[in-house]
Amino acid sequence: MPRVIDREQVLHVARLARLRLEDGDVERMTGELSGILEHVDRIAELDLEGVEPTSHVVVLENVLRADEPRPSLAPEQALASAPDPDRGAFRVPSPQADA
Amino acid sequence: MGELLDLTVAEAAAKIAAGEISAGEYFEAWQGAAAGDELNAYLWSVEDASTYEVQDGPLRGIPVAVKDIFCTEGTPTTAGSRILEGYRPPYTATAVQRLDAAGARVLGKTNMDEFAMGSSNENSAYGPVLNPWDHGRVPGGSSGGSAAVVAGGLAPCAIGTDTGGSIRQPASLCGIVGLKPTYGAISRYGMIAFASSLDQCGPLTRDVTDAALMLSALHGRDPLDSTSVGIEGGIEAPSAEDLSGLRFAVPAELAGDGMEAGVREVFEATLKRIEELGGEVAELPLPHAEHGISAYYVIAPAEASSNLARYDGVRYGARAETAADLLEMYETTRAEGFGAEVKRRIMLGTYALSSGYYDAYYGQAQKVRTKIAEDFRAAFEGFDFVVTPTSPSVAFGLGEKTADPLAMYLNDFFTVPMSLAGIPAISIPAGLAEPAGGGPQLPVGFQIAAPAFAEQKLLEAAFALEQGIGFEARPGGEDG
Repeated sequence: MPRVIDREQVLHVARLARLRLEDGDVERMTGELSGILEHVDRIAELDLEGVEPTSHVVVLENVLRADEPRPSLAPEQALASAPDPDRGAFRVPSPQADA
Repeated sequence: MGELLDLTVAEAAAKIAAGEISAGEYFEAWQGAAAGDELNAYLWSVEDASTYEVQDGPLRGIPVAVKDIFCTEGTPTTAGSRILEGYRPPYTATAVQRLDAAGARVLGKTNMDEFAMGSSNENSAYGPVLNPWDHGRVPGGSSGGSAAVVAGGLAPCAIGTDTGGSIRQPASLCGIVGLKPTYGAISRYGMIAFASSLDQCGPLTRDVTDAALMLSALHGRDPLDSTSVGIEGGIEAPSAEDLSGLRFAVPAELAGDGMEAGVREVFEATLKRIEELGGEVAELPLPHAEHGISAYYVIAPAEASSNLARYDGVRYGARAETAADLLEMYETTRAEGFGAEVKRRIMLGTYALSSGYYDAYYGQAQKVRTKIAEDFRAAFEGFDFVVTPTSPSVAFGLGEKTADPLAMYLNDFFTVPMSLAGIPAISIPAGLAEPAGGGPQLPVGFQIAAPAFAEQKLLEAAFALEQGIGFEARPGGEDG
């Protein structure tokens, strides 16, 4: 039985999700996702033409508040948990390996 | 000491308010109990309570176990994930603040499935929680630690979160009460997000009265969560003595195969009990409910894939140190920091939202959700409540379902439809049953669902039924 999702798709989705998969993981993930999607695909057969998709379960309209300044986290608090804080900013590796 | 721990929250709060016991003495007794955790149920518990300033309020002096998904300022908050190991949030979740303001105090942070994804607590990066009834079995999940501490006598009460059953199912498997309020009843601010359109905080307690007491403190509109609305009219201690005049619907679609014989027996006995208490029971179609799992396992992973994008090793949490460039840092941090189930759901959700598949999966699932909500609305035109077993089985063995993700997902069969419809539902212990594979008897939960924001009515019915059932069995003890 052909799988709902193949190896190439799994690698593509992993790239989109910024998730590195080991070779063994790709094979297992392909099988597991296919199994789950086969079950999920049952809803594809339902005729739901014209049904409004749910956007929110409780009827709420235009929840507004006054646009007033209020205190927020101090910079040192916001940086306190950062793996590599530097001069009031979050430092990260260069986007280009050899830059 | 033992007598102090036998009190329900409502009883203890009354004694503290009357000056019969001191808040400090009561808290210390529970600290001692929590320190004896042999269930791996706590990830952190308070050591020094001497700076504890008791606020006056309905929960004055009450220790609360808090699922480790709620941010608590300055104390570790991991959401059961390696990626948040050592993280100490700079602020406290509104739900915890509200408990504080009512006089309660955090006793400890409880173990959970990583980012609340799981039904057995086996997805925690910090090891599974053991079921206090049988240490070889799971406590359910994802609020497994919160359920185990209450059932196992390690906390008088707890809070958890429920996205597709994560309060109700562990409450059922541990023989306690678990309430998932209406979406919007309690603020989600500071509750680490899994699936934002479904996540809801709620209490796990020994009895229905305690659930009401905690809900009355927890609910309310919060300017920091624009989807929060609170419960109009507030919540009072339930006092109903019977169920006369109330109509209970049993969904035909949810009563089929896949339910353990023992669970079915307890469920049917409970329906009889409802009738003895003056309630009326009838079957009713809920035609789309059986598609709940399919819709849920598109919607929840889709939202999770977006919510979990924030764990990238930049602002907080773990970072992979060996990466040569930014992209590799992201990919390696997430590969090392997330467990298998979280990765699976991120992949599933990313796929469902990706170009070309969005309408077929996410769009269709949100339409199914609309139909499920319509089914419930139609049911509530002729009935007061919809009832089901909470879980298709009693607590299963550790490792029994970990190899098959789909089998694990089907644990949520009875609880997911209410989550998708955003309506409140409670699980109360209804009896004991032998597991399918044999062995000592284990608790079975009974689920009651009500229309949105009808929590008071739900608690009244649950209270009357609880009194009628008289469930008093405890882990390791004699049958009640």
